[in-house]
Order: sequence, then C-alpha cells, then structure tokens
Amino acid sequence: MLDCTPKELIERTGGMINPAKTCQPIGAMYAALGIHNCMPHSHGSQGCCAYHRSHLTRHFREPVMATTSSFTEGASVFGGGGNLKTAIKNVFAIYNPDVMAVHTTCLSETIGDDVPTIIKSAEVPEGKLVIHANTPSYQGSHITGFSNMVKGMVTYLARATAEDKKEQVNIIPGFVNPGDMREIKRLADSMGIKFIMFPDTSGVLDSPMTGKFHMFPAGGARVDDIRDAGNSKLTLALGYYASSDAAHLLERNCQVPAVTLKTPIGIKATDELLMLLRGKFVREIPYELEEERGQLVDVMTDCHHHFYGKKVAIFGDPDIIIGLTEFVLSLGMRPVHVLTGTPGATLGGPKGILEKEIKAMLAASGLEGRVKAAGDLFELHQWIKNEPVDLLMGNTYGKYIARAEDIPFVRVGFPVMDRSTHPYMPIVGYRGALRLVEMISSALLDRQDRDAADEDLELVM
Amino acid sequence: MAISEKMLDEILNKYPAKVKRNRKKHILVKDLGQDQQEIEANTRTIPGVITNRGCAFAGCKGVVLGPLKDMVHIVHGPIGCAYYSWLTRRNKAKTDDPKKNFLAYCVSTDMQESDIVFGGEKKLARMIDEVVEVFKPNAITISATCPVGLIGDDIQGVARAARDKHGLNITAYNCEGYKGVSQSAGHHIANNNLMEHIIGQGDLEEPPGRYTINILGEYNIGGDSWEVERVLSEIGYEIQVVMTGNGSYEKLKNAHVAQLNLVQCHRSINYIADMLETRYGTPWLKVNFIGIRGISESLRNMARYFGDEALIQRTEEVIERELAEIEPQLEPYRKICAGKTAFCFVGGSRGHHYQGLYEELGITTVLAGYEFAHRDDYEGREVLPHVKTDADSKNIPDLHVTPDERRYRLKIPVERMDELKKEIPLSNYNGMIEEMMEGSIVVDDLNHYETEEFIRILKPDIFSSGIKDKYIPQKMGIPTKQLHNYDYSGPYAGFRGAVNFARDVAMGFATPTWNFIEPPWKSKPLLEGTIEPCSTNKCAEEVGA
Repeated sequence: MLDCTPKELIERTGGMINPAKTCQPIGAMYAALGIHNCMPHSHGSQGCCAYHRSHLTRHFREPVMATTSSFTEGASVFGGGGNLKTAIKNVFAIYNPDVMAVHTTCLSETIGDDVPTIIKSAEVPEGKLVIHANTPSYQGSHITGFSNMVKGMVTYLARATAEDKKEQVNIIPGFVNPGDMREIKRLADSMGIKFIMFPDTSGVLDSPMTGKFHMFPAGGARVDDIRDAGNSKLTLALGYYASSDAAHLLERNCQVPAVTLKTPIGIKATDELLMLLRGKFVREIPYELEEERGQLVDVMTDCHHHFYGKKVAIFGDPDIIIGLTEFVLSLGMRPVHVLTGTPGATLGGPKGILEKEIKAMLAASGLEGRVKAAGDLFELHQWIKNEPVDLLMGNTYGKYIARAEDIPFVRVGFPVMDRSTHPYMPIVGYRGALRLVEMISSALLDRQDRDAADEDLELVM
Repeated sequence: MAISEKMLDEILNKYPAKVKRNRKKHILVKDLGQDQQEIEANTRTIPGVITNRGCAFAGCKGVVLGPLKDMVHIVHGPIGCAYYSWLTRRNKAKTDDPKKNFLAYCVSTDMQESDIVFGGEKKLARMIDEVVEVFKPNAITISATCPVGLIGDDIQGVARAARDKHGLNITAYNCEGYKGVSQSAGHHIANNNLMEHIIGQGDLEEPPGRYTINILGEYNIGGDSWEVERVLSEIGYEIQVVMTGNGSYEKLKNAHVAQLNLVQCHRSINYIADMLETRYGTPWLKVNFIGIRGISESLRNMARYFGDEALIQRTEEVIERELAEIEPQLEPYRKICAGKTAFCFVGGSRGHHYQGLYEELGITTVLAGYEFAHRDDYEGREVLPHVKTDADSKNIPDLHVTPDERRYRLKIPVERMDELKKEIPLSNYNGMIEEMMEGSIVVDDLNHYETEEFIRILKPDIFSSGIKDKYIPQKMGIPTKQLHNYDYSGPYAGFRGAVNFARDVAMGFATPTWNFIEPPWKSKPLLEGTIEPCSTNKCAEEVGA
C-alpha cells in the first residue's frame, strides 16, 4: 500500500499529490442544499455537477439534487449566458424550487461569465429567486466555496428591516454534517435562545426513509428566516474558515454584530460557545447541558490512560482540525502532525494564521509539531514515516496511510465514504465529544487487543 | 404495464416545448412491427435538466487512462477533477512490483489563480520532473481540465519537451470537460492518443501464445477482468493486454501482437478496435462476458474464430464445468428474483449487457438506456453511415491510421472472415435494441424527471443505475443496484460473477429492512375501544343532547 511514497522529503512545487482538499464548487453545492426548496446549480461543464453530486452522495448516502449549465465547446468560446438562461427557465418549469443557487466553476470563471447580469436578463418566474456565488476552483478549496455560497445567501437574502434588532442569534454552522447542525441547534434550543441557522442541511441530507422521494425534503433554512437574519442581534460564525466571511458581510450589510468561534468540537470549544450565548442572551446554562459536560469530563478522566501521551496525526478541513487538535490536547494526547489542504487563510485574509493558531495550542501544552496549511497527504505520509504516530484522524482517504503504516485510524470530517452513519452522528458539543472519545479509545484499544499476546489480553481495560 | 404513445406524451407535456421536442427523440418503445427504430443519442444535454452525464475529462482520464497502473496520470488543472477521479471507480490492479502500481496516487498541478492568468505550463513541467524523481514510472499521461484549453496551455509541447528530457513516454490528452457532449468525447480522445503514441511502440513481433488476444473495453471494476481472464486462461488463451483494467504501459505498447481483439465495452474503445484492424489486420469480436449466455456465446465465438477443434472442445469442457459449479448456487437466488422487473440504465454498454443476466435470474428488463452512448450502441453499427455529425462531434477529430507496412498481417483469410461475419459479431456490434422485448422502453440519457415518471408508471422491482440516482428510487422503497461500481461488490462478470450478482440482487429484495418503512402507529388508531350497545335515549343524554 502506497509503496511508492519514499521516506525522504523533497521540496515540491508542481502541485498536489494525494490532496487534502477539493475545489470550491462542491462546497457551494453543499451550502445551497442547506436552503429549503433550493436547487443548487453548477454553471460549468456537466462533469463538475456530476462529480460533486457523486461525491456528496457517497458521503451522505442520500439523493443530492443539482442542475448544470452543461457547457459545450461553443458555450466556452462564446460565453455561457445562453446556457444559464435556458437552465433557469427549465429548472423552474420542471422542478419548481423556490430558489435556484448558482455557483460558478473554473470554466465559467476563466471565460469571465458575468453571472449577476445573466441572471437579471433571465426569465425568473414571479416569486422565485435566483442567487449566486463566484466559486473559481483555482482559489482556496471546498471550504472557500462553502463560505462564498453563504456570503451569497447574505447578499441576496438577508435584510435589516426591523427597527430594533431581535432577540435572536444567527448561527452559521460551517462545513459540518447535518448531525452536527442538529446538535448545535439542540444546544441553542436547550438554552431557550431563538436562532436562525443557515445553511442547515439537517432534514435534507439525513432525510428519513418514508417510502416517498421528495426532491426538496422537509429540512433546510427557510428563505424568510435567512431574510430575517438581517434583524438578529448577533451572528455566530462557527469556524473561521467556513463561516466568518459571511458573518462579517452580514455585519457590514445589516449591522448585525459578528462573533467568530471555533467549530464547537471538544470541551473547550463547546464551553466557549455556551459561555458566549450565556453572556449575550443572559441565559443560565440549563442543568441538562451541565450534566452532559460533567459526564464527558467523567469519561475523559476515567479513560485518561487510554489517551495520555499518545501521538496523533490529524488532517482535514481547517475548522475541523483546529477543534480536533484542541480536543486531543484536552485528552493529554500529542498531536505531532496537523495538516490541511486548504490554504491557511480566508480569501484576502492574513496568511499563515492557521499554522500560528495550531502551533500556539501546541505550545500552550508544551509541545511542538509539524503544522501545515495547503499541504497534501503525500507529505503527511512522509512526516509519519519520519515520526511515527499512534493514531491517525481524518477523512476516508486516510485509510491508505493507516494501512501502509499500520496505524489505528479514526474517521472524521468530509468525506467519509467507507463507513455509514457519520452524517447523522455529531462530533460537536459535549455529546459529540463523548462520541469522539469512544471512537478514539475504540481505535486505540482494538489495536492493543489485536497485538496482545494471549497471556496479555485484558478483560477489563 | 406497457407504455402507449399517449402516456409518453403526457409525461413529456410537463417540459417546456423545446425540451419536449428534444427529449421525445431520445425515447422509444420497442416495436417489432417497425424495421429499424431510430433513437437520438450523443447530442447535447439540455441545460437545467438533471442528467447523470459527466464530461470528456471523466471519459478520458477517469475511464480509459486511469486504470493503466504503471503510469502516473497527472491532471493539469485546479484540484477538483483529479480529486473526484481518485480511486472512485473501483478499477482494480495488481503488480508484481508494488513500486510500479500508482493507482492509489492522485497527482494534480492544483492550478491557482496566478497559473490561470500567467499560464500553467511551467508548473506542469515541474510536476513532471517531480513525478519522475519520486515515482520513476514506466510512463506518464497528462490530462487537461477545462481552463487549460481556455488559457491556451500547450500541454502537447510540455509533454514533448519532458519526453526528450526524461527519455520516458509522456503523452498529453486535450480532454477538457467542455468537449463533446458527455464522457464519450473523452473516450475518443484517449483512444486516439493511445493508438498514436503507445500501442505498437513495443518491440514484440510475435504473439506470446498460440491464441493471443487483447481484451478491449474491460476496466476490471470489482475484479471483473480477473474472473474473465481465469476462464480464458483455462481454455488456453494468452492475454496480451486488457484495455485498460489492470492494464499496463508495458503490455499495452505490444498490443499489436494479438491475433484477435475482444471488445467488451463497445462505446469506450471501438475506435482502438477499428484502428487495430486497419493498422495490423487484427479483427475484433464483440463479446459480452456478463451473464451465463453472454459469456458462453462469447467463448464459443472466440473458438470458432480460431477454428481449432481442440480449442472448441476445450471451450465446451470449461463451459460445462463452470455451469455445473454455478447452477446449484444460483437456484436459491432465482427463487427470490423470479417474476420481477428491472430498469437498467448504465453508461455505454452495461445497459445492454446486464439485461441477459437479469433474464437468467427471472427478471425482465422493462426499461433500458445508456448515459452517453451513440446511435450504433442502440441500433447496431449498420447505422454508422447514416449518423449525422454535428458541431460537437466534429470537434473530436478522427485519427486516420494506415496499415503498418511491417506488421500488417491478415489473421485469417478474407473468405473465411466473410463467412464468419455472417455467423458471429466479428468487427460488428448489433446494439441493444435488437435484444429487447416488444413493448420495453429505451431511453437515452435518462434524466431525473423521466426516472420518476417511468417508475411511477412501470413500478419496477429493481432500479439499476449509478451513485447519483441510486438513493432516489430507494427512498421510494425500490431496491437499487449500482452497475457502474457494483455497490462496492463484484466481480459480476463471467460464471462466478453471475453468482455474486445474483446474491447481491437477491439480497436487495430480501433485506428485512424494507419491512420497517411504515411505523406501526401509522396503521393503528391512537385510541382503541369498543362501542357499547345502549338505549338511544341514554346515549343522547350522555352527549348532552
């Protein structure tokens, strides 16, 4: 397995080998699926749309409906305006969504299609909406694409119409699973705080089996709610990379103050989220959550000997690896390699902050480690060859490295295509942290059991 | 239930007029009363219609090039195209030297904005250097994604320079996603380049075995090719190369030595099959290794081509032995499958091939179609002279090959070839429609709306297609079977593959999970009780009347 990966590192500048990111449009498609009654539309070659739908379907095991402008060579030379206008007409005639969310591709960006102008001259039925986001595949990653589509929602939909801001919070959950979104909503609910979550893919990409197919399932953020987000008194951007740009846009457009927090993975990040809500809305933390927290601490302490001092390699999307790094540090583990394929900055934002943030976390625990943004899994594998680890955490692609190096592996992040149930089960909040504890300890202990001599096999661990 | 013209019209009436006119030509009801039924295929997808189709890049790098295991396949473009075509297709491969199998590697130039603005040629050249240094592959391919053609990167030039620099076979494929109307354009582009730059470059002059063949259009999904090769080897065939499942550059460059080319997926590889015949005089035989009748007939046709009594005898022995092995295994599955109906919508050959296997399990295919096929895949190659070329197909140039002066050899005498052509599909394919039942539906580029409508009317018991539409019928309570990637199972080809397929399909019907769709409270009232008989007056008093 991966026998062609040498231990010796060389400097490479030709591109990526075994990437730890993908392109913007899939993130935009995912975000658009988090609007109720919305048809995501890919303005490019039909292969883009096919690839994105396929990949999202592999992860969620759910129908992923989206349309495409189906560019031909002619459209690529003369512009895709005609294709998009035809698509808009057909989408509303055949599928009748409330909203069509158009994102661009490297093709339509390279030829410079002016999407807003095309939309303006298209036949959009009365009462229907077409929103858009520019998502050139040659910038950032799928996380950038997610962020850009959420910005599109703010630009097109959110409006400050009320005189006074309402006692409600906007929550931008970031590129996380529907199960995570449900958990974040539960936390806000249990504090009795009114919230608007957008995008919200719960109820869309974890829809139940009922014997009926619904092209637009029951879930997703309502357009009216996203409009009303302009009237909220606060926006919480969970995850700097996936969510903060949209929150700041909303602040500029509608004067809704924005606060960026980490994706609430692990005990510290969840504490921060609840403390912020507590302070801003003057609500006590309910006993239900305090009990969950206590249970988590109880288990973490019960099992500290499973984790303490173990070396971990973590890869995935920026907001996820920040949360995971912080949490494994809380368990006394040593994250020695941390890597993402996404550039460690938002578009136009300061560079190098991701590396700095994670290195600071390590330093606070008296540790040093290799941390890299815009890296690839080929390099991560080489790091592991040079400094072996006890555990690997990341998406499905990590299984090849885990097998090559015979390392216990915990699947987390996007995509997880070789195991089921992940989209339903949260990794956020105290409950999500408890699940991470279970996954990590099972991986480590299964390995210990596998490798133990007969006389050393432990009944109780 | 049969579909009448009127019902078809009702389905299509939901479409805007232009869409209706277009789609009508892509759908037909098999009618034995008509001599030649024409279907429109390989034309543009309508923007905004939910299609299953992909692009030329997917057809070139994803389908044809990707499985070649000892080559590093560099994707020149932004990251996505390389990422999505990385390990997702299940084309398996094994090498004796594990350092010569690169299928688990995804190599992309990861073009950034500055590369789009200033050109990406230098970055591509650097990537080639790095790949040579790190991997030392037997050869390298470079596949272009959309922006490459638009900004005018000369990937052919970069490949030529790198070929000189490294002394390696490095080929470039202008398979930008916008070319053609589907994956099909990419197949053609890959076929042309493989023929021009790789096939025939080896120095083997004689076939390595007495009956040396190539298998074309077999991608070893789920190990299909290995199961077919097991049987072929037992009969006595020597397989020079499989194109391209588990295939290698080392074997491919000597493909010219084969005495017969087998064509499994006609759509993706017929160009090479034709060109091999023109250049080396090697005929091709259309085979179908899916299903018991399919593989048995294919094996018999091969033996007839070689015309050796011992080979014919051996073929019959192997078929008999294999049947004896699998028939008892199939029986329990047949009991579950008997009397059921299927939709069979796949890419460019399986929509046809799997109908036979379904039939052998007692399942009738009531609707079939291809995602990206051409008219000849539906109607047979005799329509080829009548197929209109349009702007999209003209953009993919035909490669004109001529007989190789040194290596061209007639493999069998012309008269015998003519005789054989009357009996077996030698250098010919009769298409899907011919084998379909009266009243069954053929749909080209079946889209989401039509899928829902045809399911509503025909109520199939199983829906076979790909990952994008798999979960749609499943939500309706209909079992699905992915026939692009076999739902991560396989092999499905050959004799033993038929058993795997039967097991998996039967499992789809038999899984107890279907029984739980309706919660118990949906069919039971909330309050339960009995109505006590009483005198009319008393009841009236109680309700306050």
